[in-house]
Amino acid sequence: MSTCASVIPITNANPEPRAWGDLVRENQVHGSLYTDPTIFQEELRKIWFRTWVYVGHESEVPKPNDYVMKSIGPEPILMTRDREGRIHLLHNRCPHRGNRVCMTEKGSARSFTCPYHGWTFTNDGALRGYPFPSGYEGVDRSELGLGKVARVASYKGFVFGSMAQEGPSLEEHLGAAMQAIDALCLTSPEGEVEVTAGFLKHKVKSNWKFLVENETDGYHPSFVHASIFEVAKSGIGSLYSSDSTAVSRYFGQGHSENDLRPEFRKRDVPMSWFNTTADRLPEYTRSMEAAYGVEQARKIMIDGTPHIMIYPNLFIAEIQIFVIQPLAFNESVQHVTALQFKGAPDLNRRLRQQTMGSVGPAGFLLADDAEMYERTQLGVQAKSPEWLYLGRGKHRERTDENGYLIGDATDETPTRGIWRHYRSLMEAA
Amino acid sequence: MNVEDLLLHHEVSQFIYREARLQDNHEYDAWEALWTDDGVYWIPANGDTSDPELEMSIIYDNRSRIALRVRQFHTGKRYSQSPRSPLRRVISNVEILENDGTALVVTANAIVFEAHARGDTIWGSRNEYQLRREGGTLRMAGKKVVLTNNERALYSMAFLI
Repeated sequence: MSTCASVIPITNANPEPRAWGDLVRENQVHGSLYTDPTIFQEELRKIWFRTWVYVGHESEVPKPNDYVMKSIGPEPILMTRDREGRIHLLHNRCPHRGNRVCMTEKGSARSFTCPYHGWTFTNDGALRGYPFPSGYEGVDRSELGLGKVARVASYKGFVFGSMAQEGPSLEEHLGAAMQAIDALCLTSPEGEVEVTAGFLKHKVKSNWKFLVENETDGYHPSFVHASIFEVAKSGIGSLYSSDSTAVSRYFGQGHSENDLRPEFRKRDVPMSWFNTTADRLPEYTRSMEAAYGVEQARKIMIDGTPHIMIYPNLFIAEIQIFVIQPLAFNESVQHVTALQFKGAPDLNRRLRQQTMGSVGPAGFLLADDAEMYERTQLGVQAKSPEWLYLGRGKHRERTDENGYLIGDATDETPTRGIWRHYRSLMEAA
Repeated sequence: MNVEDLLLHHEVSQFIYREARLQDNHEYDAWEALWTDDGVYWIPANGDTSDPELEMSIIYDNRSRIALRVRQFHTGKRYSQSPRSPLRRVISNVEILENDGTALVVTANAIVFEAHARGDTIWGSRNEYQLRREGGTLRMAGKKVVLTNNERALYSMAFLI
């Protein structure tokens, strides 16, 4: 992801402790949370460089020695697969003079050579050698490898990194989000998703939190996307109407979802979630029935895939994934690609076509979302009122049978949960 | 270059300038009418060698999706173009690369200036046109817009480029 050109320097100074309770209330957040560059710096340290952040998918480096340029926040990261098949997350910075050791988006390499003085590193990050080694007599080479992301873990092919040596495990961080990833994988007849279609990189002049909040905001689609719902006769609009039986849910750890299954179950039509019918995907239907049995396949094909925001940066949006990257307090990038389900070529083609139509800089949906992020960013710079209101649906918020908070499809239950989590992360020392 | 070639080059240039004016002026219906019934509008991402049937493109519209795009503009609720971006573009380096009598492959460079609330943006591209003569006039059967910076992250680009 070659999107680090406008990265602002990261300060290491520890600012005075902030009273976060003065900025994040139960039903309101202060506008400065989106506009204060010093808050952004603190978020990098306490969220992006501490918690688990989604980096990439194992299918992006399918073979030994494959690599791809990724990021954790503004930080450039190389995701590599070594010759034994293990995955590594390496900082793209030569330990000698700080140069980038890789400038190519993706490829295959057993080693990376810094062009400045020729230091060479194996694809697991170890220093392999430097020219004219007599100049380094007595130096411990093992201390001069590429920086490594402290913890790397993956769940069903989704690779996460944490720059903190210690903290909750990935499983603890994901919590209920693991079930959503499980449900996503079940939509493949082979139980696996792949990320192989290449990314669209859509830049917005907006704080990253506006993007996160928007992903499970079920209130905006009827308005922001009215133009495309009107002309494409899409079935999406009614999912987010005030009489929809769909719910919004907060899972904890910052993760939230719009659960559309109640609506799809009411419709009782397999593949309605994809705005089509099973008979238009005969190959896929056959493979699903062969893999799971007719009854179970039907259930899976009615329920469809999840719409879940895995905090802070992975959004699984039914047919595609978004990876949110903050560059500055007022600049972010959304990396988007179509999900591909292993063993479902006829579905995959339509997933790509539909994704290209809806997302990216010219997408029927996303260009309008992006317009909203940018206008809200301009808006919160205005002086009054200072606070943003998040109280929608508070009076009807309830707890589901698993103990998660739920609200109606258009309620701000997810957003309130996200901010409670944000506050707890930022209050931590 | 003989006189026929000069006349053809002039006709092709005038066609491309007209397309540019319709785009700059947001004359969506007149722009849509330039397309043949099998037209394909393609804006690749990540270089110009990707296969749009396998990889993401910024736009990969068949004729019916071009029509959908135009209908979306007409709702007045395409917020990324409401208000519309003031646009002005310069087209240059028009060359006819292939000509078999009815079908032409033409290339041109474009610089587009866009004014927007987020700030002004300059878009540069190499455009490739597949033109076909239908009923005596030229129509677009294909337009590929290779943005100079399409390997990088791009701001929204919801106007006609």
